[in-house]
Amino acid sequence: MTRRRRAGIVLAAAAALVAACSSNTAGSGGNATGGTSGTGTAAKVKVAFVYVGPVGDAGWTKKHDDGRKELEAALGDKIQTTFLESVPEGAESEATFERLAREGNKVIFATSFGYMDQMLAVAAKYPDVVFMHATGYKTSANMGTYFGAAEEARYLSGMAAGSATKSNKLGYVAAFPIPEVIRGINAFTLGAQKVNPNVTVDVVWTSTWFNPTTEKEAAQSLLNKGIDVIGQHQDTPGPGEAAEAAGAKWVGYNDDMSRFAPKAWLTAPMWDWGPLYIKTVQDVMAGTWKTGQYYGTMADGLVKLAPVAESVPADVRAAIEDTQKKIISGEFAPFTGPISKQDGSSAYAAGAKATLEELLKMDYFVKGVNGSASGKG
Amino acid sequence: MNNSAFVLMLAASMVAATPIALAALGELLAERSGVLNLGVEGMMLIGAVVAFQTGTKTGNLWVALLVGSLAGAALSAVHAVLTITLRASQIVTGLSLTIFGTGLATFVGKSIEGMPLAVDFRPTPWGPLADLPVIGPVLFKQDPIVYATIVLGFVIAFYLRRTRTGLSLRSVGESPATADSMGIPVALFRYIHVLLGGLLAGAAGAYLVLGQVPSWSQESTTGGLGWIALALVVFASWQPVRLLLGAFLFGFSRQLNFFLQGQGVAVPAELLSMLPYLLTIIVLVVWGSRDLRRRVGAPDALGIAYVRDER
Repeated sequence: MTRRRRAGIVLAAAAALVAACSSNTAGSGGNATGGTSGTGTAAKVKVAFVYVGPVGDAGWTKKHDDGRKELEAALGDKIQTTFLESVPEGAESEATFERLAREGNKVIFATSFGYMDQMLAVAAKYPDVVFMHATGYKTSANMGTYFGAAEEARYLSGMAAGSATKSNKLGYVAAFPIPEVIRGINAFTLGAQKVNPNVTVDVVWTSTWFNPTTEKEAAQSLLNKGIDVIGQHQDTPGPGEAAEAAGAKWVGYNDDMSRFAPKAWLTAPMWDWGPLYIKTVQDVMAGTWKTGQYYGTMADGLVKLAPVAESVPADVRAAIEDTQKKIISGEFAPFTGPISKQDGSSAYAAGAKATLEELLKMDYFVKGVNGSASGKG
Repeated sequence: MNNSAFVLMLAASMVAATPIALAALGELLAERSGVLNLGVEGMMLIGAVVAFQTGTKTGNLWVALLVGSLAGAALSAVHAVLTITLRASQIVTGLSLTIFGTGLATFVGKSIEGMPLAVDFRPTPWGPLADLPVIGPVLFKQDPIVYATIVLGFVIAFYLRRTRTGLSLRSVGESPATADSMGIPVALFRYIHVLLGGLLAGAAGAYLVLGQVPSWSQESTTGGLGWIALALVVFASWQPVRLLLGAFLFGFSRQLNFFLQGQGVAVPAELLSMLPYLLTIIVLVVWGSRDLRRRVGAPDALGIAYVRDER
């Protein structure tokens, strides 16, 4: 994060300049509350996106920007979108939200956990603007959250990984020890154990969302131990490149990243933000938007699984497809007991299902994961 | 034994050390001539993005490496003109070079964002030597750039200590007025070594995308390695062979983080991620004290523009 900061500031400043120029040329009214201008022509609804990474990251931020493009395609000239990339999390983001609100944006989407408190503070000052925060948990009358059950797709990707290993040792390159990442690792492990009860999953923490070299080195350290399938909760294809060079297999994240490691590629959990962005903006325009915590699923299309590679045996691919259908129909959930914790104690008895609240707070590893859920080695 | 996680980690440390060593060797040459160039990070990024573009278009690794290196040298030429001929502040100019290089590289790299690079440097083992216990995988089963970097370190050490030109270079860095009075072309020496520094920084950046991670990730491609290279020059007391060891040590510390995690040893990862910045702070401390600078072996005239007949 900090390494990005220096250049992030430069980028943000440049983006601010560009945005300032464009708003000067477009701004006829310039009133923060927006609405229709005096001449009677309908003004475009302005929608802004704040990204934590660059749009070319091939992962997390790219998928959000794909969603923004879908929104533009769907609502055409009724709206006008802008985006700011590589905006640092924390205190510096507050000025960004403030400015976007003042420039007359009616809806502002922010796509990283670390924007939460700043967005909440700005939301209180601009009650007429709708704020949407991805991955967080704080809401207000005009600030909602959105995220989704990636664990459903991670479970399915774990099934592919469990069938692809010869050593029964899987590895997982993970960013930060927070519930989102921990339940992903657990779901991956449970999916792998479903097709191969003997597998274990070794976890390494990188302390970064986006650093290709660090991610690749972390994956390499796993491969050095004889691990032959790598999973990841990281935003670059770095781990896949390590797996490709070592002749191992790889489960990516965010998008179809197969072009980076065609031989290693198995599949990946993916996001599809477009429909949510379209619906949110439509609701705001119609005046029917309500605050809340949106948690998308495979059933409503927010979470997807990338096409599964041909190298995965046909019967496993069929099993993955079958399980996906059951997840979508609600017949099956990845966190269904019996599930044991890492230390052998019981997390869920046979048949018991984890509630959403429990999922969002998950802070322990399931049995079969090697590593520390508190982020130490 | 050669497949043990520890030996493989040592081998990976060599790869991690290579770009830092390359960039730092270049900076060492520039600083030995008396010119501090804080633009290493920017020159590396330019080298990386140009090498990636060239690699995509030509499919030839060596051409990509060469063009990337030249791009780094081109950027260092700006620094040379500003600080040697126009006598601008080396610190301010160098910092601007990093900011400019980062911005330019991000701009030039827009079209290759999210694209893979089809070619990359792969290890070329040295026949039976590669099978030696421990040192086989570490020293004789690497890619060509790792070998070249080690050789380069020793060549530069020889150049500085045993050649006439090397002696002249050192005198330019220590006392340009004396060198000038002896008929050594001070400005020319400084120009050449600043350009060589840029060339090697460009090569270091090129190696990042051609040998380490074959994708372009904006400023995260270098992720602060240029600053570490700067710190490494001080750490090595401006001695090339010591610099190679220091680079290995740094590469090792990066790998150690994941290795220890894998062995179940509790080391907060944040602690090790702090290392590069701590080193940079040390550089600044050393920089601030003339006395300390002399004691750690800095060229005496480092950072000072040379003007004939002015004391």
